[in-house]
Amino acid sequence: MPQPVERVGRPASPGIFAGPIIQLLRREAPDEEADCDALSEEDALRDAIEQATAELGALCDSAPEHAKGMVEFQLAMLEDPSLLEPLMERIMTGRSAAYAWQSVMAAQIADYEAAEDDYFRARAGDLADLGDRVLRLLAGDTDAALPAGAILIGEDLPPSRFLEIDWSRGGAIALMRGSPLSHVAILARARGVPMVTGLGEVPADGHSEAIVDGTAGRIVLSPDATARSSLAESTRAFAEKEKQAERYRAQAAVTTDGVAVKVMINVADPAETAAIDSDHCDGIGLMRTEFLFRDGRPLPDEEEQYRAYRRLLEWAGDKPVTVRTLDAGGDKPIAGLTPEHETNSFLGVRGLRLSLQRPSVFRVQLRALGRAAVHGNLKVMWPMVTVPEEFIAAAALFDEELAAMRGQGIACARPPLGMMIEVPFPALMPKLFGMAGFFSIGSNDLTQYLAAAARDNPAVSGLADSAYPAVALVIGKLAGFAAARRVELSICGDLASDAGKVPELLALGLRSLSVAPAALGRVKAAVCRSRVGGDA
Amino acid sequence: MSATSAAGSVLMKHPVGLHARPSVKLTKLAKTFGCRIEMAQHAAGPWIDAKSIVKVMALKAPRDTTLHFRAEGEGAAEAVKALSALVERNFDEDHADAATS
Repeated sequence: MPQPVERVGRPASPGIFAGPIIQLLRREAPDEEADCDALSEEDALRDAIEQATAELGALCDSAPEHAKGMVEFQLAMLEDPSLLEPLMERIMTGRSAAYAWQSVMAAQIADYEAAEDDYFRARAGDLADLGDRVLRLLAGDTDAALPAGAILIGEDLPPSRFLEIDWSRGGAIALMRGSPLSHVAILARARGVPMVTGLGEVPADGHSEAIVDGTAGRIVLSPDATARSSLAESTRAFAEKEKQAERYRAQAAVTTDGVAVKVMINVADPAETAAIDSDHCDGIGLMRTEFLFRDGRPLPDEEEQYRAYRRLLEWAGDKPVTVRTLDAGGDKPIAGLTPEHETNSFLGVRGLRLSLQRPSVFRVQLRALGRAAVHGNLKVMWPMVTVPEEFIAAAALFDEELAAMRGQGIACARPPLGMMIEVPFPALMPKLFGMAGFFSIGSNDLTQYLAAAARDNPAVSGLADSAYPAVALVIGKLAGFAAARRVELSICGDLASDAGKVPELLALGLRSLSVAPAALGRVKAAVCRSRVGGDA
Repeated sequence: MSATSAAGSVLMKHPVGLHARPSVKLTKLAKTFGCRIEMAQHAAGPWIDAKSIVKVMALKAPRDTTLHFRAEGEGAAEAVKALSALVERNFDEDHADAATS
């Protein structure tokens, strides 16, 4: 039996599974040969399309309601003669069916990726999924029917292939690339299939079994007895916790001594809200807006941003939606926007600093937010505020845009303005920031700045963990300040999503937590088991 | 019945516009008619084949777009009427559907 190999990536769907592994085939991009026999390529393409239509038709009947739309769209694409025409043109010039298909789909995908509206942009993924299916059929790949009860290891997994698998016998997904925000990750969470993404190269050759821990975001190939026994314990503990958490998800979070705690969610992509009932949380405590500013795409215009914010407000009803203005820079660069050659980007032009240096980009976001504010309970939050002057300058820009829009007769409103607390200066001297309508503690950045240990450097991550007592001290002081001044204080960093830390955060005086959607039940359960003592 | 032509327009109020599900429904309905059916976002065109999902989705028509239909051939009037009605009914989708599909 080979030695155990462990790889750590990003948790995408919680849960643990041990079983045999299946490696998904890697496909090479088809060559642009130009001397193929047009008739046989045309036959091959028609066969592949016919087969894909049959597969998708079968899938359409069994797919969950929230995935049917994608499958119906793919089926309609395959039936459309407008798609077939450019394919046949390429085949007639001697290109292979695979090359023709690849290039036509690439053009379609590029068209959707360039769309202004994030909804239409998301369809690029559905087309890539369809493209992959037909290419696989053209190549005659034999892994078409993926077995049940196995761990799939590959670069990425198209959502429609996820839907074809019988997950009732268990199974898990370990991806070298991919994202916890991808469509397939949403499907995995909805189905309760453990999944890890971003593992990097997984040297699975020669191994036949593995354990995937979707909660911790790791995979162990050829686990030994030690790994197996710790797995058995974690599996039991996880199953028990999930069962309890589910019961708490729909309930109010109230401690055993009757103190109500607000539990909101952090959202990085509006698509995440599709799987969440807004009645199960107290609103959105942190809506990141970086999803609108994806690297390599044109900057989003006002209309696109307005529509995205408005949709979230409509989802939330009368509950608060706290939108954080663009927090680029640091470990989130955007080509053409963030500085290129900063020697120390975490201490450089990021967050609000960047927005104030690029007011033309910032003003577009502010106008979109001002217009969206009339549609719900919007709050706007500045990231990475260091000094009061930055807050005042940002608010002044917002007021200028609001005045301009009112002058043009455009419906708009001024939402409450607040700030993240992640820089030590405001964390230590919050009283200088009386202009802030609310505060939210960004514990990840606050920790890295208190420990002077970069988040993206694994060699120093242990220091960040050790700095927790200092972070707790600062949080406790902030909570005391907020209670005395009656100003709203929340926490939206990873600390809040850690159910084990919840009792301590409550003891420090926090009464409002904003957590990862997947942690909602766990955190509420932890609140309901806590006792804060004294008065709230 | 002799060949006829018909035209009409309708304001689309669907929250995310002419996205995948509405487009699929629209092209499916259009294909049930034998006549040629075209649609556009402006009365002056460009006009595209309302039976092609590739073309309909490529419009990327957002909410509050006025969609124009024109049809030629047998059943033209019925086709324009049926398609306009589908848009007016918000493609028979409620908000929950729109958010997830």
